[in-house]
Amino acid sequence: MKTVYEFTIPARAPWSRLVKAGQTLRIIDLQGNQAVDCLLYNALDATERYSAQDTIARQGNIFLTTGTNLISNEGNVMMQIIADTCGRHDTIGGACSCESNTLRYGHHTKHQHACVENFVYELGQHDLGKRDTVSNINWFMNVPVEADGALGIVDGISAPGKYIDLQAEMDTLVVISNCPQINNPCNGFNPTPVRVIITE
Amino acid sequence: MAVDLSDPYKARAHARSKHGTVIGAMPTIPVSGAKNLPLDVVAADLLWDETIGAGEYCSRVLRRGSRLRLINLNGDGCVNFLVFNADHPVERLNIADTVKVQWNAYLSEGKLLLSDMGRVLMSMTRDTCGQHDTFCGASNEKSNRQKYGSGENHSPHPSGRDRFLIALLKHGLGKKDIAPNVNFFKGVKIDPAGNTIFNASSGKPGDLIELRAEMNVLVVIANTPHVLDPRTTYVATDVRVLARRGTVTPQTDSIRNASPENQRAFENTEDYYL
Repeated sequence: MKTVYEFTIPARAPWSRLVKAGQTLRIIDLQGNQAVDCLLYNALDATERYSAQDTIARQGNIFLTTGTNLISNEGNVMMQIIADTCGRHDTIGGACSCESNTLRYGHHTKHQHACVENFVYELGQHDLGKRDTVSNINWFMNVPVEADGALGIVDGISAPGKYIDLQAEMDTLVVISNCPQINNPCNGFNPTPVRVIITE
Repeated sequence: MAVDLSDPYKARAHARSKHGTVIGAMPTIPVSGAKNLPLDVVAADLLWDETIGAGEYCSRVLRRGSRLRLINLNGDGCVNFLVFNADHPVERLNIADTVKVQWNAYLSEGKLLLSDMGRVLMSMTRDTCGQHDTFCGASNEKSNRQKYGSGENHSPHPSGRDRFLIALLKHGLGKKDIAPNVNFFKGVKIDPAGNTIFNASSGKPGDLIELRAEMNVLVVIANTPHVLDPRTTYVATDVRVLARRGTVTPQTDSIRNASPENQRAFENTEDYYL
């Protein structure tokens, strides 16, 4: 197994990269409890993309962990989680945006940096745009659902050095927003860098 | 018995003889002819009356203030639902924001359907069912083929996703506009381990929900079996879609003021229409 790419994504920054079928992407939560918002696209036809609802329906569970197949809107496996030292990850909490921040925290948060800002910026580099920002994964983020349906982003269960390994089943464009949120515990109120490593 | 349709005159007469045919699942045009109206619906207010059967879909633009009622006539329908800002459809329903902002994943009376731009697309003013699903989305061709033997759009088992696609294409939209959807009348709950629990008997005949349009909206409504429905027969009983005129939500509205999050969502929406 050889490393073909590695990079430290700065705190608050976007990132994207093609991960070819058969390659493995490792995402390392360097300092712990750093939410990594993530979108996936079929590199050959970006209208095929990750679908949280298809992934949940297929495995019958809202949490992502080792063994989870990440399913596209067409019902195909895009990537599989082959290792997970954190335990579980979220795919129902979505991505923070300037607009949703105003609802959750107040109109004063309108101009804070947010994941949707990162996503549309990074998608723009690939000639994609807002229509392509669909449901996403939140690596290292903890969103439990209570018996009455109550849900929320709560204290994380990740820690420094925890990682996930994603094996690509198709050529996949991976788009990441290293979450800049400072109004809830998803980043421990302190956004930090994460490391990405691609091996084959 | 074969009908003699050997010339255009006979063919025309044959086609015209179909006029006035009434079946269970069809639109009422003109809507003033709508029958069997609920007692609280005034005929003069009606905008839309259409019944959709298994695998069928419909869509329409509704003006701000309109009320959209979905009636689960026989209790076993499953409404796959998308909603957009009709004037600017790049703004659309965002399921994650809807559940996150309201701190709850189970839709019921008083809940909002939020857009990805921090505004309220619709609010749920009535709900006699209480069993809906924000987690599992629509079926696709593959999942239907696996369950029913065929899943193509032209087969007897079209998927929710393909019905969305066709409805959207007719509005100049396309695949990229199919975001996560709601399913009404089929409940999915989450157990403590995160498992999805499908409530197979969630609907009862006559259940209804009513959605108030808080923006000018494009609604897309399909009636296809829930993706977690374990039955290998394609069952989705008729759903009636009724829309009527209504007034824009006043600032004194109880749903608007039910929480600080709701208030700010309505404030953003009111700001948009200044």
